[in-house]
Amino acid sequence: MSTFPISIPRPVHPTGVWGWITTIDHKRIGILYGITAFIMFISGGIEATLMRIQLAGPELDIVSAAVYNQLFTMHGTTMIFLAIMPLSAAFFNFVIPLQIGARDVAFPRLNAFSYWTFLGGALMLKLSWIGGATDAGWFGYAPLTSVAQNPGTGIDFWIISLQVLGVASLAASFNFIVTIINMRAPGMTMMRLPLFTWMSFITAILLVLAFPVITVALIELTFDRYFMFNFFNVANGGSVVLWQHLFWVFGHPEVYILILPAMGIVSEVLPVFAKKPLFGYKTVVLAGAIIAFMGWMVWSHHMFTVGLGAVANAVFTVTTMLIAVPTGIKVFNWIGTIWGGSIRFTTPMLYSLGFIAMFLLGGISGVMHAVSAHDAQQQDTYFVPAHIHYVLFGGAIMAILSGIFYWFPKYSGKMYSEKQGKISFWLIMLGQNVTFFPMHFVGLDGMPRRIYTYVEGMGWEFWNGVATGGVFILIIGFLLVIDNIGRNWRNGKPAPADPWDARTLEWSIASPPPEYNFEEIPVVRSLDDWWATKQGGAHKEIPASGGSGDEGHGIHLPQPSYWPMVTAIGLFIAAYGVVFNDLIVPWGIAAIGLVIGFVGVYAWSFEPVNDPEEDSTH
Amino acid sequence: MDSGERKLMQLNKIPKTVFLLSIALFALLITGCYPDHNQSTFDPRGPVAAEQLEVFWWILIGGFIVFVLVEAALIYAIFKFRVKNESDIPVQTHGNHTLEIIWTAIPAVLLIILMVPTIQTLFYMYEAPKTTKPEHTLEAIGHQWWFEFRYPDPSNPEKEIVTANEVYIPVGYPVAINLESVDVIHSFWVPKLAGKTDMVPSEGNFMWFEADEPGEYYGQCAEYCGTSHANMKFKVVAVPENEFNAWLLAQSNPAMESSDPLVKEGAGVFKSAGCTGCHATKTIVNKGSKGRVGPNLAHVASRRDLAAGMMRNANENGSLNDALLQENLRIWIEDPEQVKPGNLMSKGAQVYTDPDKKLTEEQISQLVHYLSSLK
Repeated sequence: MSTFPISIPRPVHPTGVWGWITTIDHKRIGILYGITAFIMFISGGIEATLMRIQLAGPELDIVSAAVYNQLFTMHGTTMIFLAIMPLSAAFFNFVIPLQIGARDVAFPRLNAFSYWTFLGGALMLKLSWIGGATDAGWFGYAPLTSVAQNPGTGIDFWIISLQVLGVASLAASFNFIVTIINMRAPGMTMMRLPLFTWMSFITAILLVLAFPVITVALIELTFDRYFMFNFFNVANGGSVVLWQHLFWVFGHPEVYILILPAMGIVSEVLPVFAKKPLFGYKTVVLAGAIIAFMGWMVWSHHMFTVGLGAVANAVFTVTTMLIAVPTGIKVFNWIGTIWGGSIRFTTPMLYSLGFIAMFLLGGISGVMHAVSAHDAQQQDTYFVPAHIHYVLFGGAIMAILSGIFYWFPKYSGKMYSEKQGKISFWLIMLGQNVTFFPMHFVGLDGMPRRIYTYVEGMGWEFWNGVATGGVFILIIGFLLVIDNIGRNWRNGKPAPADPWDARTLEWSIASPPPEYNFEEIPVVRSLDDWWATKQGGAHKEIPASGGSGDEGHGIHLPQPSYWPMVTAIGLFIAAYGVVFNDLIVPWGIAAIGLVIGFVGVYAWSFEPVNDPEEDSTH
Repeated sequence: MDSGERKLMQLNKIPKTVFLLSIALFALLITGCYPDHNQSTFDPRGPVAAEQLEVFWWILIGGFIVFVLVEAALIYAIFKFRVKNESDIPVQTHGNHTLEIIWTAIPAVLLIILMVPTIQTLFYMYEAPKTTKPEHTLEAIGHQWWFEFRYPDPSNPEKEIVTANEVYIPVGYPVAINLESVDVIHSFWVPKLAGKTDMVPSEGNFMWFEADEPGEYYGQCAEYCGTSHANMKFKVVAVPENEFNAWLLAQSNPAMESSDPLVKEGAGVFKSAGCTGCHATKTIVNKGSKGRVGPNLAHVASRRDLAAGMMRNANENGSLNDALLQENLRIWIEDPEQVKPGNLMSKGAQVYTDPDKKLTEEQISQLVHYLSSLK
C-alpha cells in the first residue's frame, strides 16, 4: 500500500485539548456540536434581545435602522443554521450509535470533518458582524442581495458561510444515513429503531435532498454577484421570483429538518416518563415519513402574496392544510402515550409536555396561514413570527431542552438539579408565552414584521412592551439552565447507568459510556429492547464504569486523526479567499485554502493505521 | 375494560368546566383585537377585506375549539395519570387502530371543510368584478421607500396622471390596481380594504378592492425592502365619486402659481439646487413612461403626509395644516437621513453630498415656502 509522502504519525490517545481536537469519537463530537451550537444559540438570543429592546416602545433609537436589519437577518440565520440544526446534530452524534447498538458512526473521521467545517462556517458568518453583516433577511430575497442593492461583503459572507455549512450538513447526513442503515446491532430491524433514530434518519434524507437546492440557488447568486450573471437581474431578463421558488423548495423541507428531530426527542422522553411504550409506533414513524414527503409539496405557501395566481394558491392551500393531518396524528399519539401511564414529572418530561402544548398552538396558527385568502392579511406581519416561534421555540427548542436534560446523565455521567430544572422550565414556559403570544395580536393589528421602529398611535405599543418584558423572563430561565448544566457537569452527583428506568439501548451501558460504547454488541429482540430485557428478568450486567477502550477487551477503535480538521481549515481559508478574492493575488487565498484542503483529504485517505493488529476496514 | 378506558369515561364530568373556561379564554383572546386601530385587520371597510376576515373567523373559531379540546385532553392526562406509586407499571398498550383512524379522519374532514370558503375567497380576490370601470384602474409602483400612483388621464388615453403616497379612490366602486416596482420587491397593503399583494419588479401584479365608506385608510409596505422598509407608508383616501373626479382634474393641472416673492425665489432654488433632476412638478406623463426617481411634487402641499407617511401635515380632523407642513418640510430638507435612513436623496443629491453646495438657511426657507405653495 502506498503511503502519502507527508507521513505524520496518527495521534495515539492524545489527552486534554489535543484529545478533543483530534477526536473522532461520536460522543465527543456530539458534545462539541452541542456546546458550539448552544453558544451560537446564545449569540442569536442576544441579537433577538437587542431587537426586542428596540421595539419595546415607539420610535426608540437603541440601534439604527441599518443595524436592526442586520440583527434580524443574523438572528434568523443563526437560529436556524447555527443553533437548532447543529443542536439536533449534537443529539444525532451522541445518541444514534448508542441507540442502535453501534461502537461509532460509519465514518468517524468524516464526522469530525463535519464538526470542524460547521465550526468554520459558523465563525465565518458571525465574524461578518465586524465589517457589517448581511441585512437582506435570512431568506435573502433577490434583488436585495444584488451588488447594486448591497455592495458590502456582508452578503458574500452569508452566501459562502451557508455553502460551508451545507458541506458540513451534507457530510453529516450521509454519515448518519449510512450509520443507521449499516451499523445497527443484530436484530435491530428498521421497525425496532427507537423513534429518535427514525426521525433523525428521515431528517438526514431530507437534508441530503434539500441542501442541493439552496446550494444551487447560492451558486447562482454568487455568479450574479461575482461574475455579473443575470439569474436574478430583472433588467437583463432574470427573475426575482426564481430565487423565492428555489429558496422555499429548500426552505420548507428545512422547517421539517428543524422539527422532526425535536419530535423524535419527545417521542423518546414521553414513553420513558409515562412508563408506557409510544402509542402507535408504526403510525408515528409513518406520519414522520409522510410529513417529510409532503414537505416538498407546500413551498409556495410562503409565496401566497407573490401573485402566482388563484389556481396555484388554491393547490398549495390544499397541500398545506393536508400536511396538518400527519402532524395532528403525532400530537394525538403523544397524548395517547401518556394516557393511562404513570407520569413522573422530571425536567425533561416537563419540557416534552410543554412541547406538545406549545407546538399545538404553532400548528393551529400554521393552519391559519394555510387559509390563503386571509394569509394576504397575515403575511409579513408579526402574526408570522408568532407562529414560527411557537413552532421553533415552543417546538424545537423545548424538545432540545428536553433532550439536553434527558440525556444529561448519559453524556456527563452526572445528575442535574431537578429542582432548578423545573424552575427553569416554568420560567421558560412563561417567558416564551409572554414574548411570543402578543405577536399574534400586533400582527393582526397590522404591524409588519422586519420594521425597525413604529410610530405612536398605531396601537402597537402595549403588546410590544409586554413582548420585550417576556425576553427577560426567558433570559433568567436560560441562565438557570446554563448554571444547572455547567455546575453539575463538573460537580454533580454521579449518574447511574439507567437513572430513568428507560427503554432504549443507550441506557444499558454506563454513564458516561466507555469510548467503545458496548463491551459486547447487543442482540436486539424487540422494540424497546432494554425495557423488555429488564421486564423479562433476563438479568443483564451493567458495566460498572467505563474504560478507555482497549484495556483487555480487545476492542479496536479507529484512532484519532488530524486530517479532518486540516481539511476543514483548508475549506475555511478557501471560503474567506472567495470573499476576499481580490486581495494581493486574485483568488490567491482561495487557492491556498483549496491546496490545504486537498492535502488534508489526500493524507486522510492514506493515513497509516499505526496499529499492526488492527485491520484496515474502517 | 382497561384503566385507560375507565378514565375516558370520567371525562364526561368535565365538559361543563372546559366549556365555561374556554368561553372565558376566547373572550380574553378577543380583547387582543382592536378594530379601532389604524391598521387592524378586524375592521374591514370594503368587500375584499370583509370576505378575508370571514374566512379567518372560520379558522379562528374552529382552531380555538380544536386547541381547547386537545389542550384539555393533554392537561387532563397530565393530572390524571401522574405517578402514584413508583413501582407501578402501567399496561403496556402499543396503540389502538380504531382510535388512530378516528383522529386521522376528523382533522382531515375539518380541513377539507375549511378549504371550501378559503378557495372561494381566493378566486374572489383574484378577479375584479365585471363592473369595474376602466377609469378606475390605477397603477401603483413601489420605490425605495415610497409609492408612486398613476391614473388614466380622462381627457387623453395616451397620458397618465402621476401622484405619490396618497391615493384617492371613489367610494362604492371596485378599484383595480396594477402593481409594479422599480427596484426591489415591495408589498401593497391596506389592511382595512384588502390583504397585501407583492409589487414584484418586472413581473407586475394585480389586485382590486373597494371602499364602502369615505375615509382615510392606512397602508404600509409589507415586504422587507431594505434599510427604511419601516418608513414606507401611504394612505388611501376614499371620497364620493364627484369629489374624486374633481380631485383628479385638479391633479392633472399644475398647482396655482403664487405671487409671493419668497415662493418665486424658492422655485429658483428648486431648479438651481438640482431638485428637478429627480422630482417633477408636472403631473401628466405619457402612458407607461418611466417615472422620475423621486416622488412627484406637483401637489405635495395638498397631501396630508410628507415623505411617504413619515410626517403628518394635517389636523386631527384631516384638514390640512400649513404650519405643520412648513415645519415638516423644513425638518425633511434639513436632514432627510434623520427622517428616512438610507434614502436616495441624502445619498445622491449634491446639496447633501457636497459640503460646498449645502443649502443655506435662507435657501431652505425659500424652498419650504415654494413647496408649501404646491397645493
